[in-house]
Parts: sequence; structure tokens; C-alpha cells
Amino acid sequence: MNINLTLVIQGLAFFATAWLVMKFGWPYIIRAIEERQKKIADGLAAAEEGKKALASASEKQDQVIREARGEAAGIRDRAEKEYASILDKAKADAIAEGNRQKAIAIAEIETAAHRAREELAHKVAELAVKGAERLIRKEIDAKAHKQLLDDLISEIAR
Amino acid sequence: MDKLYSMWVSEGGSDMTGYIKHHLHHLEVKVGDGAFWTIHLDSVIFKFAMIAIFLGLFVKVARGATSGVPGKLQCAIEMIVEFVDGLVKETFHGHSKLIAPLAITIFGMVFLMNFMDMVPVDLLPAAAHAGGVEYLRVVPTADLNTTLGMALCVFLLIQYMGIQHKGVGGFFSEFFTAPFGPKGAPANLLLRLIEEAVRPVSLSLRLFGNMYAGELIFVLIAVMTLGASLSSFSFWALAPVQLLSGFVWTVFHILVITLQAFIFMMLTIVYLSMAAEHH
Repeated sequence: MNINLTLVIQGLAFFATAWLVMKFGWPYIIRAIEERQKKIADGLAAAEEGKKALASASEKQDQVIREARGEAAGIRDRAEKEYASILDKAKADAIAEGNRQKAIAIAEIETAAHRAREELAHKVAELAVKGAERLIRKEIDAKAHKQLLDDLISEIAR
Repeated sequence: MDKLYSMWVSEGGSDMTGYIKHHLHHLEVKVGDGAFWTIHLDSVIFKFAMIAIFLGLFVKVARGATSGVPGKLQCAIEMIVEFVDGLVKETFHGHSKLIAPLAITIFGMVFLMNFMDMVPVDLLPAAAHAGGVEYLRVVPTADLNTTLGMALCVFLLIQYMGIQHKGVGGFFSEFFTAPFGPKGAPANLLLRLIEEAVRPVSLSLRLFGNMYAGELIFVLIAVMTLGASLSSFSFWALAPVQLLSGFVWTVFHILVITLQAFIFMMLTIVYLSMAAEHH
């Protein structure tokens, strides 16, 4: 095993190779690896964040749904109340109208009855006068006894 | 088979020693006078081929690296990069642009060079022989020059790291003050020098020894049926043994080559981290 010039050549070749690797190889590969590691870390962080956002969104969604349900229930209650009140008012109106109509009808009937009674009294009076006329044709003057007749009519009509 | 082996046999006197010696002989090119001015052309060529594969893959992936969904190749490279990056961050608590790329270069290069041991031991030398090249060793890390060259680079970087993190004054004063304090200055200096000298030697010899031994064992497994004729009893007796041992050693060696690449890388990270820390 003789040491000779080969040693120098091999040493220099090795040194040059290491220098080339240091200059043109290693940094690029390490950079690619580190970038990829960063990308993966970022991706994982983003996924975590997305999960959190999803959780908070679903929570918010629940809350919104709860609120909407409450609101809907309120609206329904109000509507039911309004419905009931409208119904009551309509009923009351109808009853009042009915009463009013009934009152008018009763009044009419009474007027008619009154009138009929008056008419009847007039006729009775006339008949009485006519009967009396016949009896005492000369004695009774319709004009002279008007007061008497009117009193009679009003008595009958009562 | 006789034919395949005949070319090795013709070299040495005895079959086996000739075959083994031939396998352990580098393709040498002399560039000057003296033993030092020789280049192991095979080590250099295969090292550069491995550099080309490693850099080609790595830089190609780096250029097209996307932070989106990565392709399969990018995924594979990223797995190794993250593994190495994790090791460096675990061991070295400062910030350094140098250590991690250096570590992955060491791991990738040493693994690829070691992996040449998985290629059948006679395949490339035989092909080269057919092309007129007499010697060829395909595992660059089984050449001490390669491993020591890398280890010395690491050694220089350790010193650079020390000066960078402690300043020139702090770096050199530490030679005399650590670990026994200023009173034990000579002992400190001696200890430090030994420590610094031992590191590149142990680093390079560990890898070299493992790979050299691994290669040698592949050669020895190949020797089992060397030159035996197909009609002889010894061939039929040894061929199954050779097949089995070759398989077992290859599987085991996959572990060894990965482990050695890891150890070289890990020790480099540790040494550089230690150099940056204050004692």
C-alpha cells in the first residue's frame, strides 16, 4: 500500500464534490423540505381552525333556530289572541245588532198594535156614535159632543 | 471457466498467489520520478464515476426540488437528506452550512464507492483485460489513497472549524490549556497532537481495512474453483460451497458497506462538532 499522488487527487475530488453539494444541492432540497413542512403545518392549523369555525357556526345556528322558534311561538300566540278577540268582537257585534233589530221590530209591532187599537177605538167610537145617532138622532150633535167622544176614544184605546 | 482464469494464471508462478496478486494490483500511471509520483488510475476513474452518479442524482433532484408533492426519486433523496440533517442537528448545536452537506457527500460517495464491491469480483477486471487493460481494481475505498485523501480533507476542515468558531488565538491557546489547564501545557500539547494525528489515520484505516478485507474475501471465494476443470471432482465439490459462501458474504457485505459509510460520516460530524465546541 503505497501512498502516492492518487491521495491528492482523491482528496481534491472529494473536497470539490462536497463544495458542489453544499452550493448546488443541499440548500435546495432542505428548502423544499422545510417549505413542505411549513405547508403541512399551515394546512393542519387551517383544518383545526376550520373545525373550530364549524363548531361555532353550528352553535350560532342552534341559537338562531332557538330564537326563530321562540319568535314563531310568540307570533302564533299573538295571532291566536287576535283571532279570539276578533271572534269575540264579531259575536258581541252580532248580538248587539240582533238586539237592536229585535228592539226595532218590537217597537214597530207596538206601534202597529197601538195604531190598530186606536183604529179599533175610532171604529168602536164611530159605531157607538152611529148607534147612538140612530137612537137619538136629533139630540146628539157630533160637534157639540166632540169632547165627550174624544174622551171615550182615548179610554177605549188605553 | 478455464479460459476465463487462464489469463490470471499466466501472470504469476503459482495459480492462486498470481491470481490474488493480480487482483490487488492497481492500474498505475507514472507521472514523474520517485514512488510518490504515481497515480492509481483505476481508483481515480471509479471515484470520478461515483462522483458523477452521486452529483448527477443529487443536483438533478435539487434543481427540480418542489415543496409540493415530491416524485419518488426526490422522496428517496429527501429521506436521506432528512436523516443526515437530523443527525447533524442532534450532534452539532451550532449553525453550520458546511457540516450537513459534507456529511451527506461522505455518506453518498463512500456508499457508492463501497458498492463497487458488490459487482462480481472478476467482471470488470476481465472486461478491462479483454479491452487490453492489464490491471483493474474497482473499489476506490479499498485503496488507502482514497480513504486517506478524504480523511485528510476532514482533518483540514476540523482545523478550519476550530479556528472559525474560536478565533486564531482561542484555537491555538487551546493546544496548551485543554484538557489539564495551563499548568499542564506540555502534556496538553502532546495529547492534542496525538489526538489530531490519530483521527485521520483511524478514519481512513477503518474504511480502507474493511473494504480491502471485503474485496480480498471475494477474491478468496473466487479462488475456490480457480483453474479447476469442469470434469474434476474438486470443481463439483467446491462449486456449491463457493456459490453459498459468495452469496452469504455478499449479503453480509451490504451491511458492511452501508455501516462503514455511516461510520465515516458520523465520525466526521462528531469531530467537526467537537472542534466547534469550547473545552
